[in-house]
Amino acid sequence: MSAARDLAGVARSVAERAERGEDVDVMVSTGRSTIVRVHGGEVESFTSAESFAIGIRVISDHRQGFAAAGSIDPDVIAETLAEARDNVRFGERDDCFGLAEPDGVAAVEHDHWDDALVSMSADEKIERARALEARALAADPRVTGVRTATWSDVSGETAYATSRGLAVSERGASCSVGLQVLAHDGTEPQTGAAGDAARRSADLDDARIVDRAVERATRLFGATKPSSCRTTIVLEPRLAMTLLGIFAGMVDGESVLKGRSPFADRSGETVASPLLTLLDDPTDRRSIAASSFDGEGLACRPNPLLGGGVLGPFLQNSYTARRTATRSTASALRSARSLPGVGAQVLIVQPGTTPVDELIAGLDDGVFVTSLQGLHSGVNSVSGDFSVGADGLMIAGGSIGRPVREFTLASTIQRMLAQVLAVGDDLEWLPSGDASPTLAIGDVALSGS
Amino acid sequence: MTDTGPLIDDDVIAKVLEAASGRGAEFAEVFAEDRRSSSAVLDDAKVEELTSGRDRGAGIRVVVGNSTGFAHTSDLSEAGLLATAEIAAAAARGGGGALAPRELRRVDAARPNAIEVLPGDVDKARKVELLGRADAAARAAGSSISQVTARYSDGRRRILVANTDGTLATDDQVRTVFSIVSVASGDTGLQTGREAVGHTVGFELFDRYDVEELARRSAERAITKLLARPAPSGQMTVVIGSGGGGVMFHEACGHGLEADLVAKGASVFRDRIGEQVASPLVTLVDDGTMGGEWGCFAVDDEGRPAQRNTLISEGVLVDYMWDGLRARREGRPSSGNGRRQSYQHLPMVRMTNTYLLGGESTPEEIIADTADGVYIAHLGGGQVNTATGDFVFGMTEAYLIESGRITEPLREGNLIGNGPEVLLNIDAVGNDFAMGPPGTCGKDGQGVPVGDGVPTLRVHGLTIGGTAA
Repeated sequence: MSAARDLAGVARSVAERAERGEDVDVMVSTGRSTIVRVHGGEVESFTSAESFAIGIRVISDHRQGFAAAGSIDPDVIAETLAEARDNVRFGERDDCFGLAEPDGVAAVEHDHWDDALVSMSADEKIERARALEARALAADPRVTGVRTATWSDVSGETAYATSRGLAVSERGASCSVGLQVLAHDGTEPQTGAAGDAARRSADLDDARIVDRAVERATRLFGATKPSSCRTTIVLEPRLAMTLLGIFAGMVDGESVLKGRSPFADRSGETVASPLLTLLDDPTDRRSIAASSFDGEGLACRPNPLLGGGVLGPFLQNSYTARRTATRSTASALRSARSLPGVGAQVLIVQPGTTPVDELIAGLDDGVFVTSLQGLHSGVNSVSGDFSVGADGLMIAGGSIGRPVREFTLASTIQRMLAQVLAVGDDLEWLPSGDASPTLAIGDVALSGS
Repeated sequence: MTDTGPLIDDDVIAKVLEAASGRGAEFAEVFAEDRRSSSAVLDDAKVEELTSGRDRGAGIRVVVGNSTGFAHTSDLSEAGLLATAEIAAAAARGGGGALAPRELRRVDAARPNAIEVLPGDVDKARKVELLGRADAAARAAGSSISQVTARYSDGRRRILVANTDGTLATDDQVRTVFSIVSVASGDTGLQTGREAVGHTVGFELFDRYDVEELARRSAERAITKLLARPAPSGQMTVVIGSGGGGVMFHEACGHGLEADLVAKGASVFRDRIGEQVASPLVTLVDDGTMGGEWGCFAVDDEGRPAQRNTLISEGVLVDYMWDGLRARREGRPSSGNGRRQSYQHLPMVRMTNTYLLGGESTPEEIIADTADGVYIAHLGGGQVNTATGDFVFGMTEAYLIESGRITEPLREGNLIGNGPEVLLNIDAVGNDFAMGPPGTCGKDGQGVPVGDGVPTLRVHGLTIGGTAA
């Protein structure tokens, strides 16, 4: 199959097949990817792939149907359109189903294509993964092995078109490396993982990734189970974002509309510490997840979720906006394989002015958390209940001390937001495309021995 | 393409394997897949989505020494497959003489159970109708039920595996699943209750299960939790209910018994075959042949017939789980645990249906014999660090045990423990074995369907992460 196929043309031609009384939208995407895994200096696996996807939505008589497929061969497209049309018959009527109305907001264009990355040779990619593994093995005598050292890159294009003539497309390329280190201190094993993603291969900092993976694998040696207590936790940027990502999922228009958000009816009220300002901004070029259009073809725009602790307007796609008599915030999330959902795209926490050293020095007692486990089972986004496994380093008298493991941290999302005691000045852009500084959160129940 | 013809013709398979191994290889394989799925979602009292999916394609793998080259395509034509074979061979960087593929022999593996009603033959209206009935039943269970989400989905996955060792195997896997989440709203906030049933069967799933009964149970669970008090915190004795806690074994030791992780030194169970690693009450089995269960199949994704493997027998570690690649390096047969999410993924060692065999105590005896602790009727998902054995899992339905009696309901929370320690701390196993709800196991970014099961059991020294002071 030709990679040079005109995706925008495919999307338009399918949308044009809408029959009288139908609205149709089509998302088509193509991607090329390479994944190189190295082990023991050898290529453990080298995966090379080209993939396609198409999703077709048909709306007719206020009912909608959807079908998706992993190929854009003409016979598959025809079958997919027929399935979507057939599925319409079984959906229930809802006057709010429909395509997004163009709202005149101008798109912020991004060029996320890098010819050097797209044309990078297989040997070069293998060398990157090998070098990463070798560097990790040499970094510390306690490193006993590397479970995985991975290079991956992906490039692709997505086109979206509607039967009302809207047509947009975007393309992009990115690369990432990942490392999982095994370490042993003679008594016990530990692991540590780190990774990064970037638009250009030169922007991936191997030395920093190795340092982090090795630090994470070695800082918990000799860890013991701490005694149960109520304490302050310090979350480094990636863990702080984990918490705020869960919160963002609780203030999207759909959760609110369907009575699954504890923050429903609280827009405009103070729900968090005044230190906390959180933005969803896919137009920020610094983010690897920056995008020009949302999943319904509207121009992306910045949306405030928390301003000085005050809850902003809820995120909306065109459906939830119609249901709540508001306007879309261009927050439709979708891939070619799914119907539009709604949610945040690029979360950015406004950094504070406190250096992390000072933030820790200001704590009489606390835990510097090094990992959280069981987030998918331990957090209930409907009730806000939060209870996860963790390990970390105890903070006593303003300094970091002994390592601890096999304990849980519990609170509620609502309480944790209100208990943000300090915001660091160390804004970090994460591989997910989100950005956060370090946060200190008070009054968390630590459960150990 | 029809739903009955071969995914790839035999003569094309032979050419593709030759092309894949032509630059020099120890092993080459073509894995083809054609998957159709349909799902319907009812939310907010409306059937919002009825969606259909279709994916077909092939992944070609070429092994040279310790390296694997892999490429995949959605183009199942001869030209598409040959081009993909070339890419996989180039990726494997083979050298030396070409491998002569062995003559293909069909693997004769019976399906673990018959499929009575193919979901593709069922009118979509019948699938949608299930959801409406469930919604009504959940809402009728109590005035505090404020929201209901019900989901139906089915999938049919036809696969073909052929390799240069002469394996030619096919399977036709049908899975049907129904789940419902009810939200109850009260003075204490919002609480959820979930029920799910899923089996490797067709639409006859609904002859066995009444969606209205499942809906009522999910609603009652949410309503009960409105009255729940914060879970205690700290180390305590935990009784896990029949069918509700197989995920504990999946996390506490299942992953650590996967041979790929063992070989890389990323498992606490390395070099421990033959040793007492668990209480003598523990006999743990992984069984891909278990008819109708969520993790069963006729052949795995490497063409190996499903097997029943005893992993731990009366506390003694018997064997790890193996895929073809890892077994090949050790000069032993695969245990039928080579699985992959789709043709776009490389296979690796995965569990199937993992369960603890029943013991002799009655569940009533176990509870009555527990002075104080927590009774967990249902565990949620979990996670493990296989290198240290530390694991967590969520409790989605739990109660306090006081003086040998189950008393008040508890709010959700996570539990944490260490696999090797927990296995030794099991001191009672019930005679009421049951399989649990369907699960999806994630590993290195790939999800596959798995089942699990346990009888009622008791374990000491788990740490509960509650918020009660």
